[in-house]
This record gives sequence, structure tokens and C-alpha cells, in this order.
Amino acid sequence: MSESKIRVLIAKPGLDGHDRGAKVIARALRDAGMEVIYTGLRQTPEMIAEAALQEDVDVVGLSILSGAHMALVPRVKQLLEAEGLGDVLLLVGGIIPDEDVPKLRELGVSAVFGPGTNTQEIVEHIRAALQRETS
Amino acid sequence: MPRTPTAEALAEAVLRGERRALARLITRVENRTTDAQDALATLHPHTGHAYVVGVTGAPGTGKSTLVNVLTRALRERGQTVGIIAVDPTSPFSGGAVLGDRIRMGDLVGDRGVFIRSMANRGSLGGLAATTGDVARVLDAAGFDVVVIETVGAGQSEVEIAGTAHTTLVVEAPGLGDDVQAIKAGILEIADVLVVNKADRPGVEHTVRALQAMLSLGHRLRTVGHHGQRMAVEETSAPPEYDFWDVPIVQTVAISGEGIAELVDALERHRAYLRQSGDWHARERARVTAELRARLQETLWERLLEERGAEALSAAVEQVLARELAPQQAVRALLNGR
Repeated sequence: MSESKIRVLIAKPGLDGHDRGAKVIARALRDAGMEVIYTGLRQTPEMIAEAALQEDVDVVGLSILSGAHMALVPRVKQLLEAEGLGDVLLLVGGIIPDEDVPKLRELGVSAVFGPGTNTQEIVEHIRAALQRETS
Repeated sequence: MPRTPTAEALAEAVLRGERRALARLITRVENRTTDAQDALATLHPHTGHAYVVGVTGAPGTGKSTLVNVLTRALRERGQTVGIIAVDPTSPFSGGAVLGDRIRMGDLVGDRGVFIRSMANRGSLGGLAATTGDVARVLDAAGFDVVVIETVGAGQSEVEIAGTAHTTLVVEAPGLGDDVQAIKAGILEIADVLVVNKADRPGVEHTVRALQAMLSLGHRLRTVGHHGQRMAVEETSAPPEYDFWDVPIVQTVAISGEGIAELVDALERHRAYLRQSGDWHARERARVTAELRARLQETLWERLLEERGAEALSAAVEQVLARELAPQQAVRALLNGR
């Protein structure tokens, strides 16, 4: 009777208005059997951390195209930790210069996915990181 | 708190008002873990305080936006609000995209509000199988009002009426002609009818069609024992308060127009429920239905366990081979032969 689903928050922090990529990811994760909470454009780090808490997600995926990732990601991570959500898997997608990827990883980002990433790769990364084969 | 606390520990933390524990316990309840059942039992004595409001209606009528502004208005009146927003699970993948929070951005940062998205996980009827239990967790957590937004519903998603004290059915202009309005189903469960997007052309037509539907005859709500009236709790109200006239409230959720009237309509219905004894009648009907459903499920599982799945498939074969009628097969299964 008991069934558990991987729950993912897909959020778009910052001011750019393009959420096509975020929606494609949301759909791909849905098709992989996950429950995806999509919160829409222009989310503040505070909104993201609060949604992650209330929705009890396993994964937070941030889509950032604005170039503000080095400001936004540390803030989200810090707020998640303050809420006791430090172990939530944090992913970043969007346009991230190569030289910033190691810095983001160091901040606790589990993986960075650029444009053109195969969505299956993201699905597999999440499953492996959560060590769950189901759903 | 340890990394993986027991559901019991989570339940106690919920009673202390810890929001993270609340979120985690809801997940266990949704997943129907065994320990969640014990936690629900722990919380049960602390429930019964919240006023449960259901919001249903066709997709695109503006339910989420309405829940957003309604919640803001309730907060202004000093009420804390827990929100459950249900969206459909994909029947193909078992996954879901839950997008109701998009329209509820106004409510972020207010600790008097807690929003939880739920996938219906294959349940028909507009809710998930565990939505009622999640509402009870929010009730025990102390929220004054629990708002349940159903999946975008058509004509048969009427389960919310068995869960909520007050059911809002949201319509919008231009969704259908007046024949749609007299169809059975979702309109019949309305305690309050909301015509949202009332700034759109055709609103008069929608309101007229709904009024005509209402005047065609009042539905009789058969909720248990109407004869057993409970004592009137607020004595200032008029004595003949046992007939509820379904109001039609026009709103423009996006601008907040009509929301004060909507909150007033809710308060009137709540007072009506208390004074007419319908509150208790509905609770009794709800508990009766729930016990029945749980018993059915438990007895079914027990039967399957005792007879084995093979016995069931053997019976299916016998019925297909015309050796047994379905009625005889049921008797044979119950008798253990």
C-alpha cells in the first residue's frame, strides 16, 4: 500500500523571464514518475526555501539564465540550511560559464546542467544521488 | 531531531507547531506508511477545530488565484490558513507537475499560511486518497481554516463535498451554455457558487443560467440524521435558520473584487452549519463514509490475503468459462471454497 515518490521543486530565481527550459525539465521529471512542484518565474531565494520546506522535496532544481547564479545559488543554499534542509539535493540548470561550475559544486550544488543536456541524464543523476531506483 | 524521526515524534513536533515536521509527516501520510497511521491516531484527539473549505470547478476558472486572494482576506481577519492544492497524476508515468503555487506567490513569508501541493496519485473524484488525512494533520497543527483546492473538475469530481464543511464551486463566463448549468453533478454540491472573472463579457448570462438552475429546485442534502438537531451554539441568530439559500458571488480574483463578499458568504454558511446542526450531521456522514471505505479496503485486503490472489484469478476464469455466475463466484470466495 505504501508508495513513495521523488518530490522535486523546480524554481526560477532572478529576473529573467524565460522558463521554457524549466518547463521542459519539469515535464521530463514528471515522465520519469516524479512529483514536480513548479513555482513559476521570478522566485526569490526566500520563496524557494519556503516552498522546499512546505513541500518536503528531495530535490531543488534552480533554472538560472540571468547570469546571477553566483549571487542566487549561495543564498538559496544558505536559506535551505537555515531551514534544516541542508541535505536536499541541489541542482542548477541554465547558462552557467564553465569556470563557475567548480565554484557552484563547492557550494554544495550536486550537479550543473547546461543547455542541450539530455533530460535522461538529469533523471539518472537524481535517482543515483537519492539511491532510489523506484519512481 | 534525528535524521529520520519516527512518525510519532513528527506528530508530537506537529503539535508543538514545527513546520518542517508538519511537511515531513504529510509526506508519510501521502505515502501511507504504517507508522503514519499511528501518527494520525495520535493527532486525532487534536482535530475538529479547523473549518474546512473546498474549492472546486473546471480547469481555467481561476481556482488557484481565488484561493490566493481568499487566503489573504482570511489572514486579514486574523485566521491562519492551511492550503492543500491537488493536481492530477499522469496515468502513464505516475509522475505529476504540480503548478498551483504559481498563483499563490502572495502568501510566501507568512507563517500563518502553509501550502502543500498534492498529486492525486490515480484517485478519481478530484482529491487524492489521503487528502482527508492531510487536512486532518493541518487541523491538528492548529490552522483555523483548511482550504482544499481540487483538481480541475468536471461533472463527477464531487468527493470534496464529503470532506469539506463548505464547498465553493467556481464557474467563469463563457465555459458553457445554460444546459451545462443544469447538469447534475458538481453544481449540486455547491454551498456557495462563485462566478469568477466577472469582468468578462457574458457574466450576466452565466449568472442568470446559474440562478435559473438554483430556482429549479433545491437539492436536498441527505447528510445523515437531520432529525437529530444539536443545541444551537450561537443564540443571536434568527431561529428559523435551517434552510440554506446557495448564494452566487461574483468575483474578479486577480483584482480582489468580490472577495469580501465571498468571505462573508463563507462566514454565513459556517454559522448556518452550526445553527442548523448540519455541521455535526456532515461530520457524522463523513465519518460514516470513511469508516465504510476503510472497512471495505481492509476486508478486501484480508480476503485476498486469506484466499490468495490465485483463488481470485481462478474465480475469474470460472466466470469467463461460464461455469459460475459472478454472484456464485463471490459466494464461493467468501465461503472459502
